[in-house]
Amino acid sequence: MSLILPYAREDASQPPSLHPGYASTVARSPRQPLVRIPHTLTETTGPAGCWENLMGGALADLTAQHAGMPQGQRIIVSGRVLDEQGRPVPNAVMEIWQANAAGRYIHKKDQWDAPLDPNFTGAGRVVTDAEGRYRYVTVRPGAYPWGNHHNAWRPSHIHLSLLGPAFATRLITQMYFPDDPLIEIDPIANAVPMPFRQRMVSRFDIGTSQANWALGYLFDVVLRGREATPFEDDHDD
Amino acid sequence: MTTELVNPAPRQDNQDPALFGQTPSQTVGPFFHYGLPWKGGADLVGQSDMGARPELFPEEHYVLNLSPPRGAVAGETITLEGVVYDADGKPVPDAMIEIWQANAAGRYASPDDDRSNLPLDEGFIGFGRAATNESGLYRFKTVRPGPVPGPGDSAQAPHIAVSVFGRGVIKRLVTRIYFEDAAENASDPILALVPAERRDTLVAREIDGVWRFDIVLQGERETVFFDV
Ligand SMILES: [Fe+3]
Repeated sequence: MSLILPYAREDASQPPSLHPGYASTVARSPRQPLVRIPHTLTETTGPAGCWENLMGGALADLTAQHAGMPQGQRIIVSGRVLDEQGRPVPNAVMEIWQANAAGRYIHKKDQWDAPLDPNFTGAGRVVTDAEGRYRYVTVRPGAYPWGNHHNAWRPSHIHLSLLGPAFATRLITQMYFPDDPLIEIDPIANAVPMPFRQRMVSRFDIGTSQANWALGYLFDVVLRGREATPFEDDHDD
Repeated sequence: MTTELVNPAPRQDNQDPALFGQTPSQTVGPFFHYGLPWKGGADLVGQSDMGARPELFPEEHYVLNLSPPRGAVAGETITLEGVVYDADGKPVPDAMIEIWQANAAGRYASPDDDRSNLPLDEGFIGFGRAATNESGLYRFKTVRPGPVPGPGDSAQAPHIAVSVFGRGVIKRLVTRIYFEDAAENASDPILALVPAERRDTLVAREIDGVWRFDIVLQGERETVFFDV
């Protein structure tokens, strides 16, 4: 007997696949309706608890990966990974990638004319502890222009990838900063309707800021939660 | 004199109980290659460096690890590949594909698969990640999965769960790979939910020893994507 505990479905905060304001969604989003399927063992399982075996150890300090200190405003980002019921999600891996302080990615296809920083790659990885907590040190990424429309600028953001307990809870998102006026005019952030867009905005926190060293930002990531009532699967164990 | 440390009044965010809920999805963007697909991430059974695209950034900025050595893996090793296409039939060179599957015995390497009567392979996790190349092609090396249980007392045909990410893909697209020669496909409870005329978009075909599974994001022969 195997117990299948399905996960909640996506809530009203999730953006549509087609958001014409973000031009490249037009040719890259399906037009046929999605086929809704029940959660089976395939969707309720995931490779939790073997990250090190899979991809290697933590990379929690993005300012310490090269010989010198990167340029920019040093920040500490911390928070929790929770499920929709507010329960901690331990042992989730959060992968991080971002532009440098000038808004330039270390990527060959990033053609923006802002300086690269030899001391900053912008890639990291942390695993949540038993209380769902994570913490990493980086520099605040700069805003950068993109070709979506005339005078288009992405707000400062950190790309985040969350591998939680199950295939059903997989999430890739972006974290924004609370003092950034570009969020409200950014088509990617705006694919998420208000007020849910605010869920992607971090909070400045003096408590986790460190005197004479770094500013602290708090950001909780909320993954889909398990539904309260399990149903029994009556195949033989 | 000391100044008390107080936070500024927060704007509404996900720590506000009135707003608390699922974090919304956002696109992976075009520049994920130095942060997500690690060398070996697409080789679920061996020691090759498949999956990453280290040519897209300077070597000194490769901070991700190579997959650690793996133990023995039972079953039939297969190569799985395909091209991701957009609505205009153009290959997508900045997509990322992830797979999740059971081992050859049909067991998931997950604490949530408690069927201890089925063996686990020490060397096989069943999770893989691959960036598409400039021709839109992704490629995995893995084992052919065994059948797994479905809803009620049904059995699911051997399949691989797939997540598609990419620039312009604002929310993960979910699909499945089935195998053309599997007799179990005819009674698979998930395939049965798919309109019959679209089922073959979920079926990989073996061509010259390689299992081929193209992913069409939109248009004619659009791949079936699931609401999970
Ligand atoms: Fe970005």
